[in-house]
Amino acid sequence: MEHVDKRMSAEEAAALIRDGDHVAIGGTLYSRTPMALVFALLRQRRRHLTVSRPLACYEIELFLSTGALDRIVSSWVGIGLPWGLPPIFRHYVERGEVAFDEWSHLAMGLRYKAGAMGVPFLPTLTMLGSDLATRMDLQTVTCPYTGDLLAAVPALNPDVALLHAHRADMFGNVQVDGYQHMDVDMARAARTVIVSAEQIVSPEEIAARPDRTMLPHFAVDAVVAAPHGAYPHECYGRYGPDLAHFDAYAAAAKQDGPAAGLRYVEQNVDAHAGFAGFVAGAGPARLAALAADAGELMPT
Amino acid sequence: MSDVTAEITAEELMAITASRLLADHKVVFAGVGMPLLASAVARHRHAPNLTIVLEGGIIGTTLLPGKLPISTNEMRAAYGAQMLTDITDIFLYAQRGYFDYGFLGAAQVDMYGNINTSVIGRAERPRVRLPGSGGANDIISLCHEVLIVTQHEPRRFVERVDFITSPGYLSGGDSRARAGLRTGRLGPVVTDLALLDFEPDSRRMRLRALQPGVTVAQVRAQTGFDLLLSDALEELAPPSPEEIAIYRELRDGPVRVAVDVP
Repeated sequence: MEHVDKRMSAEEAAALIRDGDHVAIGGTLYSRTPMALVFALLRQRRRHLTVSRPLACYEIELFLSTGALDRIVSSWVGIGLPWGLPPIFRHYVERGEVAFDEWSHLAMGLRYKAGAMGVPFLPTLTMLGSDLATRMDLQTVTCPYTGDLLAAVPALNPDVALLHAHRADMFGNVQVDGYQHMDVDMARAARTVIVSAEQIVSPEEIAARPDRTMLPHFAVDAVVAAPHGAYPHECYGRYGPDLAHFDAYAAAAKQDGPAAGLRYVEQNVDAHAGFAGFVAGAGPARLAALAADAGELMPT
Repeated sequence: MSDVTAEITAEELMAITASRLLADHKVVFAGVGMPLLASAVARHRHAPNLTIVLEGGIIGTTLLPGKLPISTNEMRAAYGAQMLTDITDIFLYAQRGYFDYGFLGAAQVDMYGNINTSVIGRAERPRVRLPGSGGANDIISLCHEVLIVTQHEPRRFVERVDFITSPGYLSGGDSRARAGLRTGRLGPVVTDLALLDFEPDSRRMRLRALQPGVTVAQVRAQTGFDLLLSDALEELAPPSPEEIAIYRELRDGPVRVAVDVP
């Protein structure tokens, strides 16, 4: 494969996503969420999407509030422990207005991994005996060698994966610091992979530490420069989560439900031409404090 | 001294009781909240070589007092860790049998130790949709001994859970093994009133020990099913001032040096 410059804006990248697509969102809960890409997708008001994520945070509620989702595939949907049950998610699921496919956390991981491996399923010892298995119509297989009973978790191959990374070069070689969540398998399972990065670095800088590269250029379709691209969520070693932002969101969602989700999108997404405008709204002092929070937790 | 132990909260009591169940040199796969706090208390008190594993792909976290994580997938959860890997990988360590303990909370738990964190009511149109399994189903399916810690209330201790998110002993007897769950047994259930276990044949929940000052009648009143009673019912030792101090320092950060009051 020829090396191609894959840099584009978040809006150009989001235009690759069509109505009805299955979009996998990288990171987990409020860690390394590709928020710049999520915002670009929210701005385009796509319809009939399926979104999958290992553990999902309030971005799910923003998609729900703008009428974007038909189905959610995840092991857990919330905001985070201190904020209680997610009111907008509850609103839609309890009324039967969105489908929620609940898998165990490992099953989510193995579904992406089977997709990444190019096999139709993977055998596992998890989810057996539970109502999760019944509800997802999880099939079992008998091992041809031992006769053991195993769960057969079906492959998941999303149409699009959205990831946020620390560094990428223009060709799509991607490096991440800290834990990787399920990003690698998710990307390798997906048909189209869009990666935003804190920094676009030179190919030489990637090659200086090839052991840190988690995805090679031929597995990536689009590269988007997005400093603070996970804000208000955290990015390992760079900045902590903006918990005051979560507090304000959760209070509004509790009071007004989906109307608060829509208002959030209008005020934080639609009101800005791009993600940088939203980040700038946090102000330099706030961003410096979040960077200090992250720094305090890093190995010395 | 008695002042400290008198004003202890239910959460402190549960975390400290649970912490005592974790032995040194073992590996615990802890969920966020009370399980993580209890594991950290054990490490700081009697089990300095206890390895805490978290589902964010974090092995050997040490935690920064006063900066406890509110998710097991965030930077604070990784403080001082020996290894960071990915999420699927950490569960595959569990499947391979590396983890001595799994440690969970529960919105609803039934007489066979089945846990529900998915729905109150019917699955398709639930009365209350809860956040879901997360890693709980995997932890209870794949770790050797699973501890549960939760507040003792009738709405939590139900005869049958509305939905088995995380399988305990299913319908009792050998039903768990027949479902293909070859590893894992349920260890004690710790509450603010008692410590419970599972009778070996029926696999039904059994009252094993009482928190200090609690009666059997009180426990029964807070349990939504008929509880078996152990022949050797014990009373648990109250949390010591040392345990309480460790717990509070972990939660709130280092205590400022107090000026001695005469």
